[in-house]
Amino acid sequence: MAPIVPDAPAAGRPRWPTGVGNGIGSRHSPLPFSYTRRYARVVTMSTTPHVPAAHALTDVTGSDASLRRFLHGLPGVDAVGLEARAAALGTRSIKTTSKAYALDLAISMVDLTTLEGADTPGKVRALGAKAVHPDPTDRTAPATAAVCVYPDMVAVAKEAVAGSGVKVASVATAFPAGRASMAVKLADVREAVDAGADEVDMVIDRGAFLSGRYLKVFEEITAVKQACGDAARLKVIFETGELSTYDNIRRASWLAMLAGADFIKTSTGKVAVNATPANTLLMLQAVRDFRDRTGVQIGVKPAGGIRTAKDAVKFLVLVGETAGTDWLDPHWFRFGASSLLNDLLMQRQKLATGRYSGPDYVTVD
Amino acid sequence: MSERLSVFKTYKLYVGGKFPRSESGRVYEVTGSKDENWLANAPLSSRKDARDAVVAARKAFGGWSGATAYNRGQVLYRVAEMLEGRRSQFTREVADAEGLSKAKAAALVDLTVDRWVWYAGWTDKIAQIAGGANPVAGPFFNLSTPEPTGVVAVLAPQESSLLGLVSVLAPVIATGNTAVVVASERSPLPALSLGEVLATSDVPGGVVNVLSGRTAEIAPTLASHMDVNAVDLTGADPALATELEIAAADNLKRVLRPRTGEDFAATPGTERLTAFLETKTVWHTTGSLGASGSSY
Repeated sequence: MAPIVPDAPAAGRPRWPTGVGNGIGSRHSPLPFSYTRRYARVVTMSTTPHVPAAHALTDVTGSDASLRRFLHGLPGVDAVGLEARAAALGTRSIKTTSKAYALDLAISMVDLTTLEGADTPGKVRALGAKAVHPDPTDRTAPATAAVCVYPDMVAVAKEAVAGSGVKVASVATAFPAGRASMAVKLADVREAVDAGADEVDMVIDRGAFLSGRYLKVFEEITAVKQACGDAARLKVIFETGELSTYDNIRRASWLAMLAGADFIKTSTGKVAVNATPANTLLMLQAVRDFRDRTGVQIGVKPAGGIRTAKDAVKFLVLVGETAGTDWLDPHWFRFGASSLLNDLLMQRQKLATGRYSGPDYVTVD
Repeated sequence: MSERLSVFKTYKLYVGGKFPRSESGRVYEVTGSKDENWLANAPLSSRKDARDAVVAARKAFGGWSGATAYNRGQVLYRVAEMLEGRRSQFTREVADAEGLSKAKAAALVDLTVDRWVWYAGWTDKIAQIAGGANPVAGPFFNLSTPEPTGVVAVLAPQESSLLGLVSVLAPVIATGNTAVVVASERSPLPALSLGEVLATSDVPGGVVNVLSGRTAEIAPTLASHMDVNAVDLTGADPALATELEIAAADNLKRVLRPRTGEDFAATPGTERLTAFLETKTVWHTTGSLGASGSSY
């Protein structure tokens, strides 16, 4: 196996021509589970057989042992260096026109999220309206990328954003704990996809991952990917706050990418530690290296704990400097957030009018 | 014994219950009123410091305005207690800042302590004189109650560095508002030290935020800030006051214009207390009670 050097400087990396590796759906693992056959009738599936991906890493997922060997063979993370790098990139000063561009880009990358037990159809409709027109007083404000809701709210959300280009993302697989049988998880995914979800946010089984059963996690992701079919892009949530170490986050990133994730996502937003600049930087390195190895581009979504426009701009700097500007696009990078949008809009109003805005001039949600 | 090294005090801002330096890293030299002697360096606040102070004040508003008036009175009395304990420090600072003798400065500090006590007493009494039950011709209770306006930007008087400051600040927070204070540009040191007093009394962080620097630089940001609900222009000169009043019109801020020759040593009355109150009137059905009185 060729050594992977995730921290290699940007200048030394081979660049892929635009368009290469943007294809989604080149998946390689047939499902070994009997329950997928049980649900096979109702799952929307591609009529063409899945073609194994033509990259060098197909053999590592053959068995639990080879997968473990590969993941544990990834270079260890220099935690101090990683945090220092993330902090250093956070000091960059983004002003005037660059700031205006960054704010609009950040708004267009927001997955406007409501994941509360108290969600109502009315609240989801309001959220949808806000996603389509974030600032009703200024129609030049871009729409957000998506709204993110629980599966039972997908139909309502779909209706609320109809005709706007705003996507509907749904969490699934017994979010946020992920502690349910595979049948229940797949049923959850199926319900979301049938209701029209464009994107599915699944959680991995952290218990299985932490106890070293990597193939179980791998197979769960491939099964969910299969259930999503071509209808929905799959985001895989690691819950980085529960993975304990940076090494684990790097392993989880590669595991999910090998299993066919379209996006890797930091966290659910339901635990104490959510997206941090350091763990997002680590995942950005992983998607960069994965594309260099395989030609397949994977998106990244930090979620939870990003509340201010300043934080969001720092993340954009991380993206541009680490993964590259190809990722500075709502198709490849998202923010999972709710209160962030209001701060972005207030900063936008400040740029437009020259005076500081306040929470009275954006919607309450 | 060897000679001691002198220990100079680093004066800092008081924002959100903490003592930060100016975000800009700038300071300016503060000199005595009479002798032009250097006293200390004070932070030269930028508009971003003003923005941060407004965020802190807004965050503190819910808790402070929601506290009972009785509780606010106790907290303000505690400020007087803490100030009393630092009499000698403030006497020295006021004497340096305003070029007064020790005796005159001490008298001003005593007056300042008394001013806190005066306003501490008013917290749970202002509703009785500014509100009340209105007689109406229907089966309703009709009650007018004074409510705090919100975040108030206060430009402290330029001449009276401590007594004047407290005379404009205390009435604002006594009624449940939170304040962003721009200290006297020439003599900010007593105001910055007052931040230390407030931090060690029971005033929640963010209820009072003290900025020092050029009034003409900070004030326009506060006056045009959409999340500031009122401005007290006492410390602005007439030309600046006009400009600020225009900027404040954007979101219909409540504006208190500067008054010429205001004597802060005189008994203050309730005018400043009511300046930043809004009257809310509610109608409530009397239920089984008749319009003319009791049904039982």
